[in-house]
Amino acid sequence: MRPFQYERADTLEGAVKAAGTGGATQFIAGGTTLSDLMKLDVMRPERLVDVNPAAGGPAGRIEATKSGLRLGAMVRMAEAAEHPAVKTDYPVIAQALQLAASQQIRNMASLGGNLLQRTRCEYFRQVSWPCNKREPGSGCAAMDGVNRLHAVLGTSDACIASYPGDFAQALVALDAVVETVREKGGARRIALSDLHRPPGDTPQVETVLEPGELITAITVPAGPWTRRSLYLKIRDRDSYAFALASAAVALDLDGEVVREARIALGGIATVPWRAREAEAALRGKTMDEAAATAAAEAALAGAQPRGDNAFKVPLAKQTIVRALMDAKRMET
Amino acid sequence: MSPDQKTASDRNAAAPEPKRNMGRPVPRYDARLKVTGEARYPADEPLNNVAHGVLVTSDIARGRLTRLDLSEAQAIPGVIEILTHENADGLHRLEFGNGTATSISPLTDTRIWHDGQIVALVLADSFEAAREAAYRVKAEYEAEKPSAGFGAPGTETVLAKDAVKSHKEDPAAGDLEAALRSSPVTIDVEYSTPTQHHNPIELFSTTCFWTGDRLTVYEPSQFVYGFRENVAKQLGIDPEKVRVVSRFIGGAFGSKGPMTPRTGIVALASRRIGRPVRCVVSRAQCFTTATYRAETRHHIRMGATPDGKITGFGHEGWEITSRPDSYVVAGTDTTARLYGYGAVWTRVNMVKADRNTPGYMRSPPETPYVFALESAMDELAVALKMDPVELRRINDTMTEPIGGKPYTSRSLMECYDAAAEAFGWSKRDPAVGAMRDGDWLIGWGCATAVYPTNMGAGAARVRLTADGTARVQTAAHEIGTGAYTVIGQMAAERLGVPVEAVVVELGDTELPPAPVAGGSNTTATVCSTVLTACDAIRGKLFHAAASAKDGPFAGRDPATLDLRDGGVTAGGDAGGPTEKLADVFGRMGTGAIEEYAEWMPEGVPPDSLRKLYNGSSTLKGGSKGDKMMYAFGAEFVEVRINARTREIRVPRIVGTFAAGRIMNTRTARSQLMGGMIWGISSALHEKTEIDRRAARYVNKNISEYLVPVNADIEQLEVILVPEEDKAVNPAGVKGLGELGNVGTAAAIAAAVYHATGKRIRDLPIRIDDLISA
Ligand SMILES: Cc1cc2nc3c(=O)[nH]c(=O)nc-3n(C[C@H](O)[C@H](O)[C@H](O)COP(=O)(O)OP(=O)(O)OC[C@H]3O[C@@H](n4cnc5c(N)ncnc54)[C@H](O)[C@@H]3O)c2cc1C
Ligand code: SF4
Repeated sequence: MRPFQYERADTLEGAVKAAGTGGATQFIAGGTTLSDLMKLDVMRPERLVDVNPAAGGPAGRIEATKSGLRLGAMVRMAEAAEHPAVKTDYPVIAQALQLAASQQIRNMASLGGNLLQRTRCEYFRQVSWPCNKREPGSGCAAMDGVNRLHAVLGTSDACIASYPGDFAQALVALDAVVETVREKGGARRIALSDLHRPPGDTPQVETVLEPGELITAITVPAGPWTRRSLYLKIRDRDSYAFALASAAVALDLDGEVVREARIALGGIATVPWRAREAEAALRGKTMDEAAATAAAEAALAGAQPRGDNAFKVPLAKQTIVRALMDAKRMET
Repeated sequence: MSPDQKTASDRNAAAPEPKRNMGRPVPRYDARLKVTGEARYPADEPLNNVAHGVLVTSDIARGRLTRLDLSEAQAIPGVIEILTHENADGLHRLEFGNGTATSISPLTDTRIWHDGQIVALVLADSFEAAREAAYRVKAEYEAEKPSAGFGAPGTETVLAKDAVKSHKEDPAAGDLEAALRSSPVTIDVEYSTPTQHHNPIELFSTTCFWTGDRLTVYEPSQFVYGFRENVAKQLGIDPEKVRVVSRFIGGAFGSKGPMTPRTGIVALASRRIGRPVRCVVSRAQCFTTATYRAETRHHIRMGATPDGKITGFGHEGWEITSRPDSYVVAGTDTTARLYGYGAVWTRVNMVKADRNTPGYMRSPPETPYVFALESAMDELAVALKMDPVELRRINDTMTEPIGGKPYTSRSLMECYDAAAEAFGWSKRDPAVGAMRDGDWLIGWGCATAVYPTNMGAGAARVRLTADGTARVQTAAHEIGTGAYTVIGQMAAERLGVPVEAVVVELGDTELPPAPVAGGSNTTATVCSTVLTACDAIRGKLFHAAASAKDGPFAGRDPATLDLRDGGVTAGGDAGGPTEKLADVFGRMGTGAIEEYAEWMPEGVPPDSLRKLYNGSSTLKGGSKGDKMMYAFGAEFVEVRINARTREIRVPRIVGTFAAGRIMNTRTARSQLMGGMIWGISSALHEKTEIDRRAARYVNKNISEYLVPVNADIEQLEVILVPEEDKAVNPAGVKGLGELGNVGTAAAIAAAVYHATGKRIRDLPIRIDDLISA
């Protein structure tokens, strides 16, 4: 690990001020992504601004009102996963958090940090390999290498790394928004679906956040579909593993007919992936196996497998079908 | 709780009630130390003024190191010294085998044989500084195109029997081709198993210091005498000047058996800088600087009569090894003899690639080779439309088919019957896919577990004191199996004192030698050795008591005396006279009796003990002698596979095992349970991914190298089947540490077939194999 400066910030404004806009600074919350990558010499910040003291304020709180949910960015994953209102009114969020990582990590990790976790692409995590994300222009070792865990949607010629998280899928499905503050330009609101950028030819730029921009909260609007929602995560073992494929689904049903469907996919895409074509395919249809299958086909129509990850295409389709059929059966 | 469940949970208690020929479930001697963190693992040994070592490893797999630029690294504050091939003076090359993992001797030249080979050792005042500097060492190479493994251009295939001393012959009998031609039912199939790494939770480490010209090494080791000899060779010093200490080992499974070249490199560094050095290897470097289980391939042919009698068995294996070393596991020694086949033909090939030398990993030959055989048995049963248990029964045998040698004991079918009963096998519908439960496909499968009984020469010192306490000293190894406990139990039993009164010292070259903790020989060897020492103490004591002028035993036949409850007794259970140890010793005018004993199993060369003192152990048993010595078991599993998304889960597994005398039902159950979980792991999870272009491992961490977590293991039942075998060794013990993970993968593959109709012949079995487009 390279030497770095460390500073604690008591307030959000203080954190932003301390970070500046130079780009060599990283905020640190739970540190479960950042310290790991620093030890691997992948991330090399010169300064860390510790935002944990700010968790005493609104950034550490969960508020559930009629109009929606407000999750402070420094709330721990475990706390949000176990929050009663989140569990009953937004089960897809509670489940996405509960099925992530391990209890120990969930106790440490913050919601803001979770959204910004980095890919698990092993070539990215080991500095001896070429990797366009870590070292722009060096090439992509995964493209023709070991890529079982890589993405089939949203890929580019420069990078096929999958976005590894779970929580963001639930948020993208529910039209969540992140609130941020910046030193210059002040606060802003960014739709979660706009937060992460597909790799294109700049895979090193993963989000639209500016250097030194701090996420302060996540808001989720209430909607008739949030109660009939779930997160289905398929993985190689029953716990403590990243998704091979996952689906966050929310349904608003009129009897058996779909008024609205919300679907986001994980494990198979470079960013938290909203499957709008699938949603459109379901709207107005009777929620049955055939409709679910048609939606799944629509969602994966543009999939581009590459070597070891071809199985993710049929797997993702089955995941969508299973999640939709399970959601239909939910008691709300 | 239903009555059924109750019996299952009683049977499966952590401390099972001993049955015939089984010892008490004494809790682990070191349990408290371990759960309170007080057990000191080698890297925990406190040392003053210790310097920290971090390895720099190659990021090419084949070629030459042309330049090392150390300038940036040396500029990091706290860096003391960087050891490279240019300044590692006095480092000797190692030979492969007999206690060493590889002949690849880093820092003695510039040749790169494999990915992640050691190219430098950075020493610094702090671990952080050493690690930072290690990242800043710039290595330049002249790289050559490597061969990653099977199918890669540039590999070389060699017959094992031409290159390996331990496998001079491929077992064969009769005419396989003729047998197959005349068999109405035949199968001809290929299987494979992947690269696997041990990933013990305790990372590999070397900690050492010098006192003058004497070296002390603290290192997790399964063979301290072997390490002593080999580190001395690597440094060109007298082994008498080296002490190796390894009191607790945090997972080994073979990976800490042979010494790797790191040990001597760290010791040399310590001598150079005149300070103690501690080097704990990173998890990623554990994948490349230690041994591993190499990938294997198998071609199996079988023929049978319609009523299930096997008429011929052919097994050809291929194993990956390094360019310079001929490491081979040759599991055909076991598979060729497992059933009463007619004709047998086997062959083992080594495929040399640009990889590190592989090494022992829990049941090295049996895990891959028995997976192939037992999967084929299931395929044959399907082809015959026969229950797989019955197929094994029909071909069960008390004499092996190659040389007609008898098994000393074999309780395979007893195990099958007990497991089938506990599992409820009779309720199985053999039709594929017939046992569906809603969205879940259910499959049941079973397979044989088998492991040779190995033993070696050993030595031990036992002291019995007048106050009724005892001390056992032997350089055996506690690799987490419960060695301290069962060795203490053996002494307590023979000396008639409570187990709490016995102190056991292990893992130190200052103690009499014991063989490598490999081949599951420790309990059989060390208990037999300790028993010999205890019997010598008994002999002395009984003689003194019987030949005394007075006292309750004067004039009695010493052979009628016994040690019990802290005293000498006569007349057995009939209730003859007794006398406390203190009084017996008092009359002898002595405070303690100490006996040094050596024990050698039948059939080992007469110089085995001398060789052991010189750091090489000779193990005997299994199929090697005049008699077949094996432990057996049967494993039954249920898998559930989601009908849509095809993830595979194992909600239930039952294993039954017969392994001669069970010293301690608690530690035995733990071993077998751990083995079965590892078996599930090897069936469904473990695989080291190799980048075939670069011949480099990719998932070098335990986040992406998967093993089961608690959620993956639901009902797991271990049943100990009573067995008595007086022919194997004086203690009547067969090893069982490596029995539990043999066969599991085949049972799971059979269950997956039963659930889905898909026969997966390449491990691990994952969603990828079962999902269809
Ligand atoms: C073994 C393992 C398994 C895991 N499994 C899963 C899994 O199954 N599913 C899953 O979803 N996740 C998983 N994770 C990832 C884990 O959830 C994330 O590491 C964690 O959520 C990150 O949160 P943190 O607070 O620790 O972030 P940190 O490590 O503190 O920060 C991560 C990044 O976010 C930035 N950051 C932090 N807070 C803010 C903020 N408020 N505003 C702007 N930038 C900020 C930091 O500068 C840094 O770049 C796993 C992690 C590990 C180590
Ligand atoms: S997939 Fe992306 S992160 Fe992985 S090696 Fe390629 S560029 Fe790097």
